[in-house]
Amino acid sequence: MTVLNKRSVLKIAAISLVAAAALVACGKKEEAKPAAVAKAEPLKVAFAYVGPVGDGGWTFAHDNARKALEKEYGDKIVTSFVEKVPESADAERVFRDLASQGNKVIFGTTFGYMDPMLKVAADNKEIKFEHATGYKTADNLRTYDSRTYEGAYMAGVIAGKMTKTNTLGVVASIPIPEVIRNINTFTMGAQSVNPKVKTKVVWINEWFNPPKETEAATALINGGADVLMQNTDSSAVLQTAEKMGKRAFGWDSDMTAYGPKAHLGSAVINWAPYYIKAVGEALGGNWTTGQSWWGVKEGAIDMVSVAADVPEDTKKRIEEIKTGLKDGSFSIWKGPIVGQDGKEVLAKDVVADDKFLGGIKFYVKGVEGKVPN
Amino acid sequence: MLKLELRSQASDFWRIASPLLALLITVTLGIGLFILLGKDPLRGLQMFFWEPVKSAYALGELMVKATPLLVIALGLAVCYRSNVWNIGAEGQFVMGAVVAGGVALLADQETSRWIVVAIVLAGMLGGMFWAGITAWLKDQFHANEILVSLMLVYVADMVLGYLVYGPWKDPAGYNFPQTKTFEAVTQIPRLMSGSRVSVGLILALLGVAAVWIFLFRTRAGFAQQVGGLAPAASRYAGFSSRKALWVALLVSGGAAGVAGALEVAGPLGQLTPYVPSGYGFAAIIVAYVGRLHPVGMLFSAVLMSMFYIGGELAQSRMGLPKSITGVFQGLLLFSLLACDTLVAYRLHWQSRRV
Amino acid sequence: MESYALLIAATLNAGTVLAIAALGLLINEKAGIVNLGAEGMMLCAAIAGFATVVHTGSDVLGFMAGMAAGAVLAAIFGVLVVYLSTNQYATGLALSLFGVGFSAFVGIGYVQEKLPQRPSFEVPFLADIPLLGAAFFKHHPLVYGVIAFVLGLMWFLYKSRTGLVLRSVGESPESAHALGYSVRRIRFCAVIAGGALCGLSGAYISVAYTPLWVEGMVSGKGWIALALTTFATWRPARILLGAYLFGGVTMLQFHLQGLGVQVPSQWLSALPYVATIVVLALISRNPAWIRINMPASLGKPFQPGT
Repeated sequence: MTVLNKRSVLKIAAISLVAAAALVACGKKEEAKPAAVAKAEPLKVAFAYVGPVGDGGWTFAHDNARKALEKEYGDKIVTSFVEKVPESADAERVFRDLASQGNKVIFGTTFGYMDPMLKVAADNKEIKFEHATGYKTADNLRTYDSRTYEGAYMAGVIAGKMTKTNTLGVVASIPIPEVIRNINTFTMGAQSVNPKVKTKVVWINEWFNPPKETEAATALINGGADVLMQNTDSSAVLQTAEKMGKRAFGWDSDMTAYGPKAHLGSAVINWAPYYIKAVGEALGGNWTTGQSWWGVKEGAIDMVSVAADVPEDTKKRIEEIKTGLKDGSFSIWKGPIVGQDGKEVLAKDVVADDKFLGGIKFYVKGVEGKVPN
Repeated sequence: MLKLELRSQASDFWRIASPLLALLITVTLGIGLFILLGKDPLRGLQMFFWEPVKSAYALGELMVKATPLLVIALGLAVCYRSNVWNIGAEGQFVMGAVVAGGVALLADQETSRWIVVAIVLAGMLGGMFWAGITAWLKDQFHANEILVSLMLVYVADMVLGYLVYGPWKDPAGYNFPQTKTFEAVTQIPRLMSGSRVSVGLILALLGVAAVWIFLFRTRAGFAQQVGGLAPAASRYAGFSSRKALWVALLVSGGAAGVAGALEVAGPLGQLTPYVPSGYGFAAIIVAYVGRLHPVGMLFSAVLMSMFYIGGELAQSRMGLPKSITGVFQGLLLFSLLACDTLVAYRLHWQSRRV
Repeated sequence: MESYALLIAATLNAGTVLAIAALGLLINEKAGIVNLGAEGMMLCAAIAGFATVVHTGSDVLGFMAGMAAGAVLAAIFGVLVVYLSTNQYATGLALSLFGVGFSAFVGIGYVQEKLPQRPSFEVPFLADIPLLGAAFFKHHPLVYGVIAFVLGLMWFLYKSRTGLVLRSVGESPESAHALGYSVRRIRFCAVIAGGALCGLSGAYISVAYTPLWVEGMVSGKGWIALALTTFATWRPARILLGAYLFGGVTMLQFHLQGLGVQVPSQWLSALPYVATIVVLALISRNPAWIRINMPASLGKPFQPGT
């Protein structure tokens, strides 16, 4: 073995470093700037997703809407996305990078991006930020959300009719008001056609964890539930129901294919109408801040692919609800509504406003168990 | 056939060349991967090796990412050199963050700036306590520290979850699982405006010096390493392997806890369920690639951070999948382990003997 | 009562996943090798199995693909650890980290895929017994297979000559070498066999247990399987019982929630891990007991001529 002294080692190290640097510098050539065209530069729109686009649920729905945006505006816009951006300190860096890449509209599709987006928005006043499911706004940052409880209500109506054991089950994610509201609304929908139903809830404390969702669904079915709903992001609950011969609903996206025998309907979110409006405003220069909460009325929520064996009168009822929500004649959260302890939380004929809905921390009568903390 | 032959003396050349060769192998495989995915390999390399260092802002972000990795790795190096296999640095990081966060929550706008010191100390104590459980179980029950420290990672995540969903939840936060944002006074001071780099970086660099001195220039450090590697010999020399166990775990736990405090009172500014970011596990690779040497780990922490940030950029600018970062990190460690054989062994052809 | 029968069924199912992996790791460890890469092998096997079933429709091929994936990764590990004498713990960790990233990477296109209709299984006649039928006789063949495998492994290890050689390699590789056995070859084979079993467990997760693919879906089961070998003191039958215990604790947390038990769900989720620590501590307490049962050369490298 030749004895290599320190000097040759350093020589070798230096040569490799130089070689590497040369290699990298070669690749550093900027993409050739497109020749100046008479057409205006397309608007760059970017999306940050918390999950993988293939989750079949939450992120999948957002990505579908992004594709709809591309179809709607053609070459007036250019979209891009970053998936699996964690809700942590990393998020700020991703948003800053998106901002520095020339994007003029940036969508953040989960609650946890709130503070990072606010910080980046403060430093990039010409960029418009859209934050899903948040509650803090700024001059160039507004929030948007969907009335998922409307989908939950319609699912409840179907569930109430189809259950044979009068026990429903919900695989729930994280105990925030939205999810608690959905559990309540699901139960209320079921009670409207079947006052005897009870709802059991299992919390998995995550948005997306198929093995855990499977175990939770199994526990609910073992506990007597024969119709399941979920507030989690994968198709595991539906697939478990399919395996065990029970019924369930799709959530966020149409999940019929994942459990054809078990599937009763999918409560879907369609983000396209809002995205098209938002980008349209950015293109047209009339974008203003605010908070949007869209539902069936605006085309953001729907109950689709209702199963063939659901009775006709129930299907008709679903259509009636949709019409009623669209023209404002029907309100889901209209009193009298009673909490678990029997006390009224909403008096007769009083319609809950968005503030009330946003702060729901109680269970309605018929839901079993206690709200976690 | 190829045979391995033990060298009479470990090769100095390969001690330095091995990580470089491993990096070269990883880069080569990476280029292959880019080509397979139909992406421009040179642009891919640019994402990983040029973009993260090309501007002051980028360097700052690189340091933000590298600081916790380096701090944790420093502690792990002391641990591994003592033959104590602490795999649970992630859990100690989380517990450090929890305790530090708890102290930060006590602050209001009037609190003195010195609370930052208290926060970092609290983080250190939190991490030490968590590692101490592992040390105690090994000391008293001979329980394997790998498994115990690892299980404690999951338990630490649950403790954090319990606190942010329950007693520590922000009452004004719409029932979302997170504490309130910490008061501005608790923020770890930044080194310069316009960048997120904090004094944590100074702490890390001081740590590099401190660990170097401890390991290579003090009797205690020497005893520490011998106590772990050769318990019988060390007993002869009067060193205590039991003491080595406790020192190793408390030091690495404390370091991980400090890193947790720096993250939580730094870029995060509150406690959320997303505090565990895998730094505790990545630091294991950092420690290894840096050959458990403080200066080496400084470089490997920077390298790992480049992988992280490069992976993010490759995703947002080139559409490469996020998991590519994990693939590269794993490949680097594999290659390093393979190349390291050349330090102790020599390869040569041997014709089949009759 | 019905729900308890179903809880037992769920326990057996969950336990099978852990048992198959832990038995593979046991074979490794009996030969003296610790493979911390279980999680990585299981994940790569999960995607391999899932992808195979998606493309071929055959569960059997899926399981075989999973075993092959596990074996290949184990072979890489084996070359490094057995032939190049790298540090077993670090190499195993590298395998774990690599496997997690690589499986996520390869699995990108499969996240939305679903498998053809999953068959349901019933043991004829026995499945109709009230309660007991639901608890014990409606399982996937592997659930029964693992029980048979444990019996076979016990015979192999303690009654067969090859098993004796394997164990002697683990207890004292120097003596085995002196007797003329190729220690490295035996260890390498043990590593591959262990990897194949971890692979089978991983494929079971994605093909039968939760029939879909999502990255990281093994969620720590590989690490629990590693813990299982220690706290079952390296005995196959105890591994099976320990696996059921763990499966039960995992299912119990959701069952309790369903019953309305008011414990914060985080405490329930932490149960399996805390249980592992407690049992580990109790088992390890008696170093003599550990010494009797633990393969003496566990974790130590061996090179002929050293």
